[in-house]
Amino acid sequence: MSALIRERRVIADRWVFAGTSAELPAQGDVLVPLALWSAERDGLALRPGRIGVLLGPADDPAALVHDLPQLALVAVDFPQATDGRGYSTARLLRERYGYTGELRAVGDVGRDQLFNLARVGFDAFALRDGEDVAGALAAFADFSEAYQASVERPQPLFRRRTNGASSAIAARNRRSSLAALPHEFNFRRPDPIG
Amino acid sequence: MYHYDEIDQRIVNERVRQFRDQTRRHLAGALSADDFRPLRLQNGLYLQRHAPMLRVAIPYGLLSSRQLRRLAGIARRYDRGYAHFSTRQNVQFNWPELAAVPEILAELAEVQMHAIQTSGNCVRNVTTDHFAGIAPDEIVDSFVCCEIVRQWSTLHPEFAHLPRKFKIAITGAALDRAATFVHDIGLQAVRADDGAVGFRVIVGGGLGRTPIVGHVIREFLPWRDLLTYLDAILRVYNRHGRRDNKYKARIKILVKERTPEKFAQEVEAEWAHLRGGPATLTDAEVERIGSRFTRPAYLRLPADDAALAAAVAAEPPFAAWVRRNVHAHKVPGYAAVSISLKKTGVPPGDVTAGQMDAIAGLADRYSFGELRVSHEQNLILADVRRRDLHGLWLALRPLGLATPNIGLLSNIIACPGGDFCALANAKSIPVAEAIQARFDDLDYLHDIGELDLNISGCMNSCGHHHVGHIGILGVDKNGEEWYQITIGGHQGATRDGAQAAIGKVIGPSFARAEIPDVVERLVDCYLAHRDSEHERFVDTVGRIGVEPFKRAAYGPRAHDAASPRRAGMEAVAAARLAGPRANSGVPGIEVVQ
Ligand code: SF4
Repeated sequence: MSALIRERRVIADRWVFAGTSAELPAQGDVLVPLALWSAERDGLALRPGRIGVLLGPADDPAALVHDLPQLALVAVDFPQATDGRGYSTARLLRERYGYTGELRAVGDVGRDQLFNLARVGFDAFALRDGEDVAGALAAFADFSEAYQASVERPQPLFRRRTNGASSAIAARNRRSSLAALPHEFNFRRPDPIG
Repeated sequence: MYHYDEIDQRIVNERVRQFRDQTRRHLAGALSADDFRPLRLQNGLYLQRHAPMLRVAIPYGLLSSRQLRRLAGIARRYDRGYAHFSTRQNVQFNWPELAAVPEILAELAEVQMHAIQTSGNCVRNVTTDHFAGIAPDEIVDSFVCCEIVRQWSTLHPEFAHLPRKFKIAITGAALDRAATFVHDIGLQAVRADDGAVGFRVIVGGGLGRTPIVGHVIREFLPWRDLLTYLDAILRVYNRHGRRDNKYKARIKILVKERTPEKFAQEVEAEWAHLRGGPATLTDAEVERIGSRFTRPAYLRLPADDAALAAAVAAEPPFAAWVRRNVHAHKVPGYAAVSISLKKTGVPPGDVTAGQMDAIAGLADRYSFGELRVSHEQNLILADVRRRDLHGLWLALRPLGLATPNIGLLSNIIACPGGDFCALANAKSIPVAEAIQARFDDLDYLHDIGELDLNISGCMNSCGHHHVGHIGILGVDKNGEEWYQITIGGHQGATRDGAQAAIGKVIGPSFARAEIPDVVERLVDCYLAHRDSEHERFVDTVGRIGVEPFKRAAYGPRAHDAASPRRAGMEAVAAARLAGPRANSGVPGIEVVQ
């Protein structure tokens, strides 16, 4: 039984996966693949219990744009840790389609992927079998900063920096750069000739 | 030199700590070889034929003397006393112990170096013009752009597991010395009529088994939009690039399958969502990055130096070195100097720890403590006073580092090949040595003029053979090492205005022992046909086509020039032409304009 981490804690998984309509339980929260959801959306919406949709790596999250308010869970499958398509899927769901519910990474999900998965918007992680849970929880702190804009930190580092932290070198060069820089910035490094 | 701030340093330190833990878990059996593989590759660590190989990033090829000394120390302590500079402006150690790698990384971090993303299916070290910041034809200083892209690509959360490796090159000068047409993304700085700076964006070029010249998908990208546009390209590639076949996984295949026009439309559609978003660059950020570069404190000097002119006139060997290894500088009285790592008998790009220490000392003494690594696997002192050139030359000579062959045939680019690389079909270093030995007459070399000769040990093309004026590729024929020859490839503009081209295969492969003769016959053919000394080998190939060279290489009657070795080769050539075709099964070379 693999562990589920949500909001940095290990929790019990209440969701049942049903690959076909024959496997659907009578009630309770159920996770279905996109194909099943697309084929039987209306019937599924009527059954008791919440609905989640599982996206494969090649599935386009745009297919869910109108359904997202109805969904309590979107899971994204990583058949191999090295298949990085799900990272783009997650950002699109969060940043473009405004999904705010649980976004779960499933499949080949180990501790070494967690830091980046969290950055692109996953908040739940179904760890692969045998993964060390304590180590996994520690992995969210692998790095204390990151350069890029992401779901976790919508502003890139360069928009979050405080200017006071510069070193003496930067301060020294900044003086010359202010003198040397033309108004239209041209990427030229400060040039102390003259 | 870019100087880390506290956060840059912290991120590198945290990467060392993370990798130390990954290595520990692997050695303890808690992380399988399969799971460890992508993690170690993302940190430049290969498990090769003899021992691990660690590739260390030299971001955009810029290196301080302090860093070079640290590399020398690592070569002594953890390797066998030398290092290898690669064609991607990186440095490689061929003999470290796996368990020692975290320690090496910690030592590198102390001098603001790392191995982040030097391998693996991620955005690799961005490369640029080795004359950035000093070239007279410069439009913008590409080092600043490169550092911005380095920070954007470092541990990018969305693009750590791309279909395949991803290489970006940037040029800021009019002449493209960064090979932007044969990278996954090439960026060429351009200045619009109103003076605004932007980039021409080229996508889908590359070497490897399907060499393709890239396509311009945008003529002018305003500089503020650089990162959002890169995000858009990478996202289209990450989502739609092929993952079913690693030989079709590079972005060039996606661009080709979609057509460049359709691909460009997809990127523009993606970019429409990202444009103007938080990753849009600001003046303040570009200024901040620029201000973290130290810049040489140049003196006001006369453009010409009388003593230099006198030494050139008096000492022909010095004059030859000045002619080949000294390059123009935009500041009067200064010059850039190439330190050739291509002495005959030394594997191209290899330097000993002692040489690295000595070069670091020369960089301190003559060039503000900075160096660059060129994609031709040489080192460059970029800011030498012209009046110091003679003294520098005298210091380089006893170190074996003053070979005056930059741009010449013996300045061979060669990958590590079968001596070191597990993927090789054939050795490349002995071939380079045999050619250098054949062309050891400097006057002859200078007469032949500019000629790029590149050697790769297999289709992965680390030696960039496709863009060599003469390219040599190791192929496997029933377990034997054979070599296929291409001619007419180039990067950077030729006489006819082409920006880059993939070389054409001249015919069946050759045995290793034949290669020096074949190269000599190609050169003889060129000398017989060139319209003047100013027409380079590659320009002659462009003008008269491949056929005359083919005849020269395989048959004796084809060209008129007398070659002393030709007669003796007749029998060999005839026998080999009658034999089986060595390059069957090797994918065809294709030229896409
Ligand atoms: S071209 Fe082939 S043999 Fe040479 S280094 Fe690359 S992979 Fe190895």
